[in-house]
Amino acid sequence: MSSKVLIVAEHADGRLNPAIAKCMRCARTLPDAQVSVAVLAADGGAVAAQAAALEGVAEVLRVDHPANAHPIASILAPQVAQLAPPFTHVLGPTTTFGKDLMPRVAALLDVPQISDIMAVVNARCFRRPIYAANAIATVEVAADTKIVATVRTASFEAVAAAATPAAVRAVSTTAQLPTYTRFVSVSAPHADRPDLQSARRIISGGRGLGSADNFALLYRVADKLGAAVGASRAAVDAGYVRNELQVGQTGKIVAPELYIAVGISGAIQHLTGIKDARTIVAINKDGEAPIFEVADIGLVGDLFEILPELERLLAARQARAQ
Amino acid sequence: MKRILVGIKRVADSSTRVRVKPDGSGVALDGVKMSINPFDEIALEEALRIKERGAADEVVVASVGAADWQQQLRTALAMGADRALLVQSDAPLESLDVARILLQLVKREQPFAVILGKQAIDDDNSQTGPMLAALWERPQATFASKIELREGTAVVTREVDAGLEVLEVELPAVFTTDLRLNEPRYVKLPNILQAKKKPLEVLTLASLGIGPRARVKLVRVEPPPVRSKGIAVKTAAELVEALQKRGVI
Ligand SMILES: Cc1cc2nc3c(=O)[nH]c(=O)nc-3n(C[C@H](O)[C@H](O)[C@H](O)COP(=O)(O)OP(=O)(O)OC[C@H]3O[C@@H](n4cnc5c(N)ncnc54)[C@H](O)[C@@H]3O)c2cc1C
Repeated sequence: MSSKVLIVAEHADGRLNPAIAKCMRCARTLPDAQVSVAVLAADGGAVAAQAAALEGVAEVLRVDHPANAHPIASILAPQVAQLAPPFTHVLGPTTTFGKDLMPRVAALLDVPQISDIMAVVNARCFRRPIYAANAIATVEVAADTKIVATVRTASFEAVAAAATPAAVRAVSTTAQLPTYTRFVSVSAPHADRPDLQSARRIISGGRGLGSADNFALLYRVADKLGAAVGASRAAVDAGYVRNELQVGQTGKIVAPELYIAVGISGAIQHLTGIKDARTIVAINKDGEAPIFEVADIGLVGDLFEILPELERLLAARQARAQ
Repeated sequence: MKRILVGIKRVADSSTRVRVKPDGSGVALDGVKMSINPFDEIALEEALRIKERGAADEVVVASVGAADWQQQLRTALAMGADRALLVQSDAPLESLDVARILLQLVKREQPFAVILGKQAIDDDNSQTGPMLAALWERPQATFASKIELREGTAVVTREVDAGLEVLEVELPAVFTTDLRLNEPRYVKLPNILQAKKKPLEVLTLASLGIGPRARVKLVRVEPPPVRSKGIAVKTAAELVEALQKRGVI
């Protein structure tokens, strides 16, 4: 049986979120998949073109509506539900966008949701993390039930660009759009730093950094590495850095080639967020800290000595390379 | 009566490290410390603060679970909730069924706000809040780190991937909590004794007219793959060398 998949595109400021290229990889691992991407926007031209350029996309459904200017779940969900009938699977990313929207879609369709797919076993059977990824569950959805799911983007590589872009089709829905939710504002993107969820290298700081000012030590090393900066919950709660830098069970799940944890003890809730990192480095003055159990390279010592030294060494290395 | 309904789930305490059962049928919870899901505790704390500010008259806590969930409901009453409802179901339910049950409680209790955790730390599903909002045909404000009640609306700051988003929702509405909404209070001993006298009503699924539909089968549960043992380095210079050797810088 073939899979007809609809991916709901996440986007902001005319840019398709990189998570969608990863959802696309997940969709393509479904048997005999035919994949469409829905772009709901006020003016979705640019985003639709980016979606159409992803390898494997059969068609882009462009739903332009002034109410779609901001990603409000109660407004988007009825439209997605109306697009859903021809599809066997409706997928979104496990991002705050997908986590907000997809369960609302599932409820409107009166079907259960599979959250955070990390692997596809077959068209109806999936693997997903539970208990902060301390266990992996294999779950199977009953026959004749449409599958609504979110995709753990850290578990899938982005697809490449298509040789020839897919067709974009403008569609409209007759869904009743509620007016009981108003968008007020969203914090401006911090374009100065690589995005955590697509970064190849990440250096994260924890409570051990001790203050917001001390994070400067970390940022300087990050600059030398071209790395994104992340943080533990303790560092965010203490106000050292912004909330969107939190990595972990209840923050972002990341999958970089290199993850350096500095002054982070390695609580299970943090470790969940970094399990997909290729190489994990731990810098901590406590040799017994649980972070060393998962580290590929461990360095026991005082971060206030190690970070400046690391910055100096990386700078010297860069100078040599030039 | 201005009422807030708060959902309470019983989960393995966040400080425990759970183990997968050898037969792969689930995780071993025998003898494990059970607690209120931390996000639900935050939900309850928020409801109590709203009531203490005079913006609500009653805080009702509700669970959909087995008989032993009464323990966590009693803890919630000790924290300050006025009444508790347990919809008893011995089999674990899918989020959509929990949302359908909560909808029945919402119809009965007519709250102006339903506050739930953004996720339960056992199944990490993050579904029930938006599902309830959809079935109730009301607004949702998920991942809330600040809730300001106005006349007939709430202005909510949400923790989203981009940073912070602010939405205004008309009431009644469903809210789900993020970690930084508040810090839940500790339960005081005298309150535990008092809580024993507060009403805790047990309902059956049948009395609510809900038949659960098990449409997602748990095939098996496995431990996660273990990472191979790492190496120790002694200096920053050795670290840079090791990184170079692995080809990651
Ligand atoms: C429901 C729930 C959800 C959670 N979600 C998350 C989440 O998403 N992400 C997350 O990160 N946490 C999360 N947590 C919190 C988690 O349990 C830990 O409390 C948190 O990760 C600890 O952060 P930390 O490692 O920075 O702080 P600590 O545990 O305090 O560790 C600080 C470390 O710094 C080291 N250190 C101190 N000074 C120095 C120095 N000079 N040089 C070198 N090392 C030093 C110490 O040895 C220590 O190991 C969650 C908790 C709960 C209950």
